[in-house]
Amino acid sequence: MADVAEAPRAAASDGAAAGSPAIRTVDLSKSFGHTVAVAGLTMTVPRGEVFGFLGPNGAGKTTSVKLLLGLLKPTSGQAWLLGRPIGDLQTRRRIGYLPELFRYQAWLSAREVLALHCELAPLPRSSWNDEISTALETVGLTDRAGDRVGTFSKGMQQRLGLGAALLGEPELVFLDEPTSALDPVGRHDVRQIIRGLASRGTAVFLNSHLLSEVEQVCDRVAVVDHGRVIAAGTMDELLSGTAVRVRVTGLAQADRNKLADFGNVDDEGDQMTFTNLSADRVPELVSQIVAMGGRVYEVAPRHQTLEDRFLQLLDEEDEK
Amino acid sequence: MPPILVIARLTIQEAARRRLLLALLVLTLIVVGFSAWGFHKITNVTRSDGSPLPSVEVALLTSQLLIVVTFMYSGVLALSAAVVAGPLISSEVESGLLLSMLARPLRRSEVVMGKWLGLAVLVAIYAAGSAFLELAAVDWATGYLPPHPVQLVLYVGAEGLVLLSLGLALSTRLSGITGGVIALVAWLMGWIGGVVGDIGAGLQNQAVENVGVISHLMLPSDGLWRGAIYAMEPDTLLATLRAAGTVARANPFAAVDPPSIAFLLWVVVWFALMLGLSIWSFRTREI
Repeated sequence: MADVAEAPRAAASDGAAAGSPAIRTVDLSKSFGHTVAVAGLTMTVPRGEVFGFLGPNGAGKTTSVKLLLGLLKPTSGQAWLLGRPIGDLQTRRRIGYLPELFRYQAWLSAREVLALHCELAPLPRSSWNDEISTALETVGLTDRAGDRVGTFSKGMQQRLGLGAALLGEPELVFLDEPTSALDPVGRHDVRQIIRGLASRGTAVFLNSHLLSEVEQVCDRVAVVDHGRVIAAGTMDELLSGTAVRVRVTGLAQADRNKLADFGNVDDEGDQMTFTNLSADRVPELVSQIVAMGGRVYEVAPRHQTLEDRFLQLLDEEDEK
Repeated sequence: MPPILVIARLTIQEAARRRLLLALLVLTLIVVGFSAWGFHKITNVTRSDGSPLPSVEVALLTSQLLIVVTFMYSGVLALSAAVVAGPLISSEVESGLLLSMLARPLRRSEVVMGKWLGLAVLVAIYAAGSAFLELAAVDWATGYLPPHPVQLVLYVGAEGLVLLSLGLALSTRLSGITGGVIALVAWLMGWIGGVVGDIGAGLQNQAVENVGVISHLMLPSDGLWRGAIYAMEPDTLLATLRAAGTVARANPFAAVDPPSIAFLLWVVVWFALMLGLSIWSFRTREI
C-alpha cells in the first residue's frame, strides 16, 4: 500500500478543493481470468493537483483509469471520484477523459465532435459556441474546425480528444498518454495546457511513461508495477538522492563491482552513474577509483532524474 | 435532446455521410426502373392465338412477379440491416470510439437503444420508400396494386427490424464480421426452416411442420415475410390456393392465411427480449 498525502496545493486550495479528494481508491483490484491487472491499488489524489501515474507497459495504468471511469468493473476494492463512488453517472458531468486509444467520428467535423461531447456532457446549449471555440483554440485546431476528422493526422485527432476532455471546465481530467501521437511542439503545448488546468484548480490524472514529461508538470507521482503502487509522493520526496556520473577508463571488472559500495551503479562502460550518492562522498569515490588505477576524465554530480528513480524502483521491485 | 435521440441521430448521420443512404437510393431507383419495364412487358404478352391476356390473368401474373421482386427487396433490407447492425457496437468498442463517449453521463442502455432506434428509422424509411416507388411503378405499368400495401410495408419493415435486432445483439459481444455472418446465416436458416415447415404442412406431417413453427419463434423474419406475401395476394389467387388444399401450403412464395395474432404478439415480445438481451449484454461487457 502506498498512500499519497492529501494536502492540497496552495494554488488550488481556494474553493476547488472542497472536502473530498479528486480520487480515492482503497484496495482496488482487477483480474481478467487468471491475469491480475490491478492488485490492491490504494491512493489518494488531491484536488487541483497534477498527478502522474507512471509505470512500464502492462503495469495496469490504463486498466486503472478504466476502472475509475466505470468502463471496467473492479474485481474487489472501492474507489471514489470527487467524493462519489465510481460508476456514478452524475459525477461524469464533472470529468474529462482523453483515452489512450483515442478515436472520434471520422464523418463529423472537429466542431461537430466537440458539439456532440457538449451535448452528452451535457452543457447548456447557450454555452456550446464559447466552449467549442475555446477548446479548439486551446488545442490549436481553430483553422481545421470545419474539416472532417477523417482527414486529420493522428496528432490532430489526439489534440481534438484533448479539446473534448477540456469541455465544460471539468474538476478532474484523465489524460491517458496524452502526447503519444504528438511532435515536440505538440508535447510542449500539452504541458502548457496541463499547467493551465492546474492553475484553475482542475485535478489532472496524467497516465504516462514519458518520464521527462511527468517530471516537468506533475506535483505528485505514483509509480505502478504489476498493478501495485511501488512508490508514491511529491516529486521532491521521490527524487531525494543525487546521482554522480563518472567518465573513467582502466578499471578492471572486479574493481568496478567493488564500487557498488558507493550506491547503485549504472555501469555503461566508460561511463558509470552512481545514484543515491551524497555529494560529500564524491572525493572519496574519486580517490578510490584512482587508487584502483582508474583514469578519471569527468565527474559530474547531478540531481536524480525521475528516470533514474523510476529505473531504480523497478530494479528493486524485480529483486524482491 | 435526450441521449437516446442523440445516439439515434448520430447513427442516421453516419449512414448518410458514409453514403449508405445514397447507395441504397441509387440501387433502388435502378431496380424500380428495370422492374417497371419488366412489368410493362406483361401487359403486352399475347396468347398463342395473338389475343391479349385478360386483365384477371395480367393481375395474377403481376401479383406473382411482385412477390418475387418483393422477396428481393426484403432480402436486401434484411441483409443490409444485418450487415450494418453487426459491427454497430463492436467496431466502436474495438476502435475506442465509445471510450470517450461512455465516460460522459451516458448509460450503455441508451447507446444500445439509440443505435437500434436510429437504424430502425432507416429500415422504416427504406421499407416505406422502396415500397412506394415499386408499387407506383407497378401501378403505372400494369394498373395493378396489391390488396394490402400498408400491411406489406409493415411486414417487410418488421422483417428488417428482426435482422437489425439480431445483428445488434450479436454486436454487443462479437466482432462485426462474426456477428454479421451469424445474422445472415440465421436469416437464411429461418427462411429454410419456414420452407421445411411448409413441406410438413403440405405432407400433413406434424413433426416436420413443427420445424417451421420453431424456426418462426426463434427468428420471426420468415413468419413476417409470409405476412408480406399474404398482403400481396389478390382474392382470386387466395381462392385458388384455398381450393388446392394442403398442397398449396408447400410453397415458399405463397401464404394461405395471414400471420396469427398470437404470432404477431410473439414478435412484439421477441423484440423486447432481444433489446433486453442486447442491453444486458452490453452493460456487462468490459470495455
